[in-house]
Amino acid sequence: MINWPNFVSQLFNGLALGALLALISSGLTIIYGTLGVLNLAHGAMFMIGGYAGYVTYSYTGSFILAVIAGSLFVMALGVAMERIIIRHFYHRPHEDQLLVTFGLGICFVEIVRLIFTSQSQVVPPPALLQGITSLGFLFYPTYRLAVVGIVAVALGGLFLILYRTRLGMIVRAGIEDSVMVDSLGINVYRVFMIVFGIGAMAAGFAGIINAPVVSLTPGVGDDILVETFVVVVIGGVGSFPGAILGGLIAGEIISITSMFNPGYAYVMLFAAMTLVLVLRPHGLLGTQGRE
Amino acid sequence: MSTKDFRPGRTSSVSRRTLLQAGAGLIGGTVLPASMASRAFAEDKPAIGTYPAGTSGSSAFIGISVPRTGTYAVQGEDELKGYQLAIEHINSGHDLIKKISPKTSKGVLGKELKFGVADSAAKPNEAVQAQQRFISENKAVMITGGTSSAVAVALNKLAQREKVIFVCGISGSNDTTGKDCVRYGFRQNFFGQTAAAAIAPVLIKQFGKDKKAAYLTPDYTYGHTVTKSMQDFLAQAGWTTVTNQVSPLGAPDYSSYLLNVANSGADVLINVNWGHDAVLSTQQAKQFGVLDKMKLVVPYQVPFIARETGGLMQGVYAATDYWWTIEDKYPLAKMFNEAFNKKFGYQPEWGAENAYISFAHWARMVEEAGSFFPPDVIKAYEKGETIPSLVGDVHYRPEDHQCVRPVIIVRGKMEKEMKNKEDYYEVVEIVPGEGLMQKPDAFGCHLGDYT
Repeated sequence: MINWPNFVSQLFNGLALGALLALISSGLTIIYGTLGVLNLAHGAMFMIGGYAGYVTYSYTGSFILAVIAGSLFVMALGVAMERIIIRHFYHRPHEDQLLVTFGLGICFVEIVRLIFTSQSQVVPPPALLQGITSLGFLFYPTYRLAVVGIVAVALGGLFLILYRTRLGMIVRAGIEDSVMVDSLGINVYRVFMIVFGIGAMAAGFAGIINAPVVSLTPGVGDDILVETFVVVVIGGVGSFPGAILGGLIAGEIISITSMFNPGYAYVMLFAAMTLVLVLRPHGLLGTQGRE
Repeated sequence: MSTKDFRPGRTSSVSRRTLLQAGAGLIGGTVLPASMASRAFAEDKPAIGTYPAGTSGSSAFIGISVPRTGTYAVQGEDELKGYQLAIEHINSGHDLIKKISPKTSKGVLGKELKFGVADSAAKPNEAVQAQQRFISENKAVMITGGTSSAVAVALNKLAQREKVIFVCGISGSNDTTGKDCVRYGFRQNFFGQTAAAAIAPVLIKQFGKDKKAAYLTPDYTYGHTVTKSMQDFLAQAGWTTVTNQVSPLGAPDYSSYLLNVANSGADVLINVNWGHDAVLSTQQAKQFGVLDKMKLVVPYQVPFIARETGGLMQGVYAATDYWWTIEDKYPLAKMFNEAFNKKFGYQPEWGAENAYISFAHWARMVEEAGSFFPPDVIKAYEKGETIPSLVGDVHYRPEDHQCVRPVIIVRGKMEKEMKNKEDYYEVVEIVPGEGLMQKPDAFGCHLGDYT
């Protein structure tokens, strides 16, 4: 379907898709950038955010409360995870960190499957955002349009925390040189816990925001995790602006390629990642600081 | 991310008992005259596959692999329940099994059936690894399971290599009993060709000639062959394909594909996706307004899709293997529904039906052969006898091991038409299987050797 209206539609859709990917990826990249832990349970936490929101929605009927509950529950889970398990792995090899977070991810998914089964669950968008909006050049689901705005605000909030607060300064300093931050008398481990909580909250928030777009299943995080990694690799592992740029690039690649040949959408995504790895191994906006 | 639900607990207890009983059998065999020994011991057949080791004790082991995670997990669980019920019925000599396999008393040839379950995650490599283990460690006499034609094709090859019979679970690809058919593989359920041959006339009658169709196709053997069959049959009435959106299995989002569909000018959207992919793509088609512009058709029905899409299947035509309300017409279906509902608390979908009946057919064939010796069991199938099923009499074709069975065309009921919460479809037509089949060699089937 190569024609002008479809091209514009796909361009716009790429933006919407990319915004969501950017939000999910930002949590992953913040945690890696600061803690050096590649959290393979990130997809599962994204999924749990959706389910926590779903449960809240089922009881209250309020989408706003669902978003708050989804975010806070996963933040609490993230903090607990960091305190009980992850902190024991900061000084262990990367392989151990990958294995423990991967294992935790499997546990989370299977616990959710045990409680909710594999049947999909639906969280409808708030009444105000249901239906389709005409943009002149295309009809687009109103909620997806709103998601672009919601994600922009959320990423803006994260930006303010990271770039306009003392905590953010410490976090960014931690990304550059955590040993130096530690030796300056800052309790790095407390910061680590907060960062893990914020990263987890971003995943949970994305999970519940994404819930009305997809139908929830225990595997919803598995599918998105792969794309998230691609985004982070393209943008630069550990770089917050990189996650946003990577997300938008990934969204556009998937969307535009599918206009020409949908079968190649993901092939092109991985090809782009490979190209970035060859030309700029640390990603488009990544720094070479962290091993 | 996926997990493996391999249950060694079931097998270890089997092994111990098997060992003791096999020991007793061997000791008994030395003191009894040959004529009094059991049939399995008396046979003078060469060892092949897991024969005779797999049936030397008082039990026989079945390897089951179904997706319990991933996009086909919901359908896999339903399928597993069908297997569990079949094994329970065979071991207890239930009336329903006796109607399908009259020689069955308890077990198969007197052997109690034991089984192991593995999660295939709808991935061929995981299914093959698990079944290979069931064959080598548990001496499985038969392997079964499905819900992905990619898995079915891989297990076909494993079965032929290991000389262990594979009773195929859900698989919709023409290739399973077409170019990838094997001597050791059998399929009961309907598939791309028969689905298309059955539903195309209904669609043409309903929507008219010379329509423009858009397809959503999962990118593997099932999707490609079902879409091809639908295109071929609908082309006869002047239908054209305006776009075919091919997506990977388990795609997290269908927006870009659906925008292409929305801009294609199609009259009908033919959604070939399956499992959760079908649910998600249908829901998102609604979100993008596609379902307001064009009619939806699901040529290869997905168990539970009506429940999961919350009303989006209303008025939608689909071809299926089984829908529970046909029990008014088929007494065995009624017996099956009652037994299934009693045990699991819901009406069985077609995954469970296919699992149950294909398993029961295997039991019948072994009883008919009077031996677990695989070539004899295969030849029992290849006699092509007319045998009962839950949808009337059927038979297996000797040339490609495909069961010739009716295809059921259903249409999603409006909410006000539903008599109860599981009354999602009305049965529009039950199309006899014979007229739907391609010529046995049309899809390039060469079965291979018995030994």
